[in-house]
Amino acid sequence: MQRKAVSLISGGLDSMLATRVVMDQGIHVEGINFFTGFCVEGHTHAIRKQDQNKQKRNNALWVAEQLGIKLHIIDIVEDYKDIVINPKHGYGQNLNPCLDCKVFMVSRAKQWMEENGFDFIITGEVVGQRPMSQRRATMPIVSKNSGADDRLVRPLCAHNLPETLPEREGWLKREALYGFSGRSRKPQIALAEKMGLDDFAQPAGGCCFLTDASYSRKLSDLWENRGEKTYELDDIMLLKVGRHIRPRPWFKLIIGREEGENNFLNGYRKQFPHLFATSHTGPLALVDGELRDDEDRRLAAAITARFGHGKKADSVDVTLENTDGTGMQLKVAPISEENLPREWYV
Amino acid sequence: MSVHKVDARRLLCPMPVIRLQDAVKKAAPGDIISVVCTDPGTMSDIPAWCRINGHRLQSAVQDGSEYFFEVETGNEP
Ligand code: SF4
Repeated sequence: MQRKAVSLISGGLDSMLATRVVMDQGIHVEGINFFTGFCVEGHTHAIRKQDQNKQKRNNALWVAEQLGIKLHIIDIVEDYKDIVINPKHGYGQNLNPCLDCKVFMVSRAKQWMEENGFDFIITGEVVGQRPMSQRRATMPIVSKNSGADDRLVRPLCAHNLPETLPEREGWLKREALYGFSGRSRKPQIALAEKMGLDDFAQPAGGCCFLTDASYSRKLSDLWENRGEKTYELDDIMLLKVGRHIRPRPWFKLIIGREEGENNFLNGYRKQFPHLFATSHTGPLALVDGELRDDEDRRLAAAITARFGHGKKADSVDVTLENTDGTGMQLKVAPISEENLPREWYV
Repeated sequence: MSVHKVDARRLLCPMPVIRLQDAVKKAAPGDIISVVCTDPGTMSDIPAWCRINGHRLQSAVQDGSEYFFEVETGNEP
């Protein structure tokens, strides 16, 4: 009977190699890829016009195609919130809850495995590769807390870990697995070469935006100023776009930096009050929060004016539109550099 | 054979692919899924997803800022 494994495909090299190693032992493998909302794939490229000529391939799909396996993309946006908001094992260097994230993903893979009659799970983890989630001490935590136990195989570092069920049962030959460890990428590159794989993606920091310092700062700012740790998919998408300027704790402006971003922000006009200059060309600015009084409205308009072609004009006409279509016209002087302190930039 | 429509406008990849995948799951083999998207990334992701999972991409057409796809579902879910 041909055994079946489900492999967590991130789009990076390690999960690609781990999958190939298992396929080469005659196992039927299908891939699973999780969409958390924080994935680095595509988004910013799709939004920013200047990036649109860059390669837009989705690496997980690309890897699956190279390997000749099916790929199931699973939307975990809702359930993942609790991982980001309340990680039991805390955060890494930024707001990346890597250990809880791994446990969660493997547990979802286990659920998928059971629903689809598969036998075991593969990940591309390597002992000692990442400071938080891939230490020797955390590997058993992932196996145990996910409930996958000895049905979780890490083919790239299997020799450094206890024998798993597929090895014991003879579905996998232990000697055909590997014993990689540490941060060096050399063994992986060598194995890729041996397998004739090239052109693979090598994400530097991690697989998601939560490992990015400036992104994490924007997310912390959002939580702090809302007074609660929550988010919606739109919130976290918008953190990837535009300049974020917070002049007051109760409101922040999201200002498009170029045409592509302005087009993207345009799609949110019914959800956020917004400002744009009418006497000059310029960006769209979404208001996240509330403009409490005239002073707030004039300040928001003056900041919006500064980022358009009316930057040096004495006066710029700005329209403020509410989500219900009502609005007002303001005539303002663009805010000067001195009056726009660095600390307002999130 | 029936035709199912998926509106994935304003969604960014991989959401349009996930919507297509969900529609395929509910459809019968041979049904047509017609998808409209605005993320240019779908021009590479949707064809790749179809090739990998054994569905037939009948057409992929750009019209201004919108991308239209017609996918014939294969035999396997
Ligand atoms: S980098 Fe992001 S996706 Fe990867 S394990 Fe850490 S939290 Fe999860």
